[in-house]
Amino acid sequence: MGVHNQRRVYGETLVELGRENNNIVVLEADLGKSTMSCLFQNEFPERYFEMSIAEANMVSFAAGLSLTGKIAFVNTFAVFASGRPFDQIRQGVCIGRLNVKIIGSSAGLSDFGDGATHQSVEDIAIMRAIPNMTVIAPCDGIETEKAVRAIAKYDGPVYMRLSRNDLEDIFPEDQEFVIGKPVVLKDGTDIAIFAMGTMVGPALKAAAELEKEGISARVINVSTLKPIDDNEVINLARGMKGVITAEEHSYIGGLASVVTYALRNTPVPFEAVAINDCFGQSAESHQELLDYFGLNSEGIIRKARLILGA
Amino acid sequence: MNCSVEELKKKAKSIRLNIVKMVGPGKAGHFGGSCSLAEIVSVLYFRKMRHYPEDPKWEDRDRLILSKGHGAIVQYAALAMCGYFPMDELWNLKKLGSMLQGHPDMKKTPGIEANTGSLGQGLSISCGIAAGAKLDGKDYKVYCIVGDGETAEGQIWEAAMAASFYKLDNLVGILDCNRIQATGPIAERFDINPVKEKWLAFGWHVIEIDGHDVEQIIFALDQADKVTGKPTMIIAHTVKGKGIPFAENTAAFHNGIMTREQYETACLALMD
Repeated sequence: MGVHNQRRVYGETLVELGRENNNIVVLEADLGKSTMSCLFQNEFPERYFEMSIAEANMVSFAAGLSLTGKIAFVNTFAVFASGRPFDQIRQGVCIGRLNVKIIGSSAGLSDFGDGATHQSVEDIAIMRAIPNMTVIAPCDGIETEKAVRAIAKYDGPVYMRLSRNDLEDIFPEDQEFVIGKPVVLKDGTDIAIFAMGTMVGPALKAAAELEKEGISARVINVSTLKPIDDNEVINLARGMKGVITAEEHSYIGGLASVVTYALRNTPVPFEAVAINDCFGQSAESHQELLDYFGLNSEGIIRKARLILGA
Repeated sequence: MNCSVEELKKKAKSIRLNIVKMVGPGKAGHFGGSCSLAEIVSVLYFRKMRHYPEDPKWEDRDRLILSKGHGAIVQYAALAMCGYFPMDELWNLKKLGSMLQGHPDMKKTPGIEANTGSLGQGLSISCGIAAGAKLDGKDYKVYCIVGDGETAEGQIWEAAMAASFYKLDNLVGILDCNRIQATGPIAERFDINPVKEKWLAFGWHVIEIDGHDVEQIIFALDQADKVTGKPTMIIAHTVKGKGIPFAENTAAFHNGIMTREQYETACLALMD
């Protein structure tokens, strides 16, 4: 198993897409060396727009570029991408269903040192609430490459969040990425763990541990948070003694909301591993913060035992 | 379309009459900031812009983006008069299911280029279109009408910087300086003056005109064609509610309701 960084994979994939398609344009708000949009800038300076520290103008400018047939990738940190230009995304991009991709980099708590102002605990909630918006959170580098290619092909607005730090490879190389399609990474019969992004790895680890205790867990990678077919979620939870969601995001509006809403008529015990409606803070490592918030395999195992009374 | 000055004056009057008729008595409409634009919109659609109403998505058309989206009815009147859609659609304004929404909707109305209405965004969108045109090697123009009250939005100045930085000389802004915003005079809120100096300082070529003088509008738009290396802002001094006697120079008809009597007065004043 290898390790990849979602930001680097994203930047490299964007360059490949740029070679394949002249209509790919990239916009950046002075964070290109972090979001890795700088890779595109190096190769296609004429199709790269440094929009300085002005996110609102950047998003509306991208909307304008898309109106001339361009596929516009907009880059900044997730907290700024979803927060500062919310209205520009809603009004100028989503009502008209324009072909603009908003890439939220350093998502969740992954910008561990910079604290609450730079950590996004609610970006998925904000973006999911906008009609016409597709919301994606890949679980590793392999899925990131597939997802970037898929959203470039899809004609419409997309928000995609990426983590700042290296992640172990999880997504099967031969597995197709389809927008809206959850993927079972490990099957099981007692409990269903729906996991998103950076929490898919810990979910698999938790499932392996639970196996030793005689608990069989199904792990589902939910990388498309919207749109999602409720029936698919219901089918994946069918026959289970409990359902758990795991996400590096507030329980409000993220994966917990997606799954509980889908299962609203299904009487199955449910627990969420998520951020409990609070802001992040500075720490010396991403893992330290994840542990602090209980966003790890132990947190998932605890919830499983709670549900099963084990 | 290449209307004469006299024809353009008549078109502006017809636009105003259609504005009054499509809103009608007893219903709210943004008369003030629409009527201030009648001559400007008339010159753009019936003389200056390269466009084919029968082919609204023609790649090489000049674009008009109404950043002050609340002025939609002036654009609707002009688009219908050009033939983008039947005149009868005007009478369905803001009705459920109508192609004519309260604010411009590109998905519903032929000839509308972008969704505007949340103020401050149209100029940035116009910059993006102008940048796209340059990437494609196209020579069409992007016209963007901005309200003077709208320039309180910080995003306008982000766009102003972006446009000059990217040398968008295919972008022409028109600032509708009718001096009054929804609740009163702009000067008593955030004064935009010295307005000319502001746009010059942001790197734009600036032309100042009387926004109701058709000849001056034509001259300014033609001048803008000759500017290279920077965007142009035409500062158009206008009268809010121009042409509707009781609506002129008042915030009351920024988004106002005409009585039946006022409706008849307005129609009489605007009929030939």
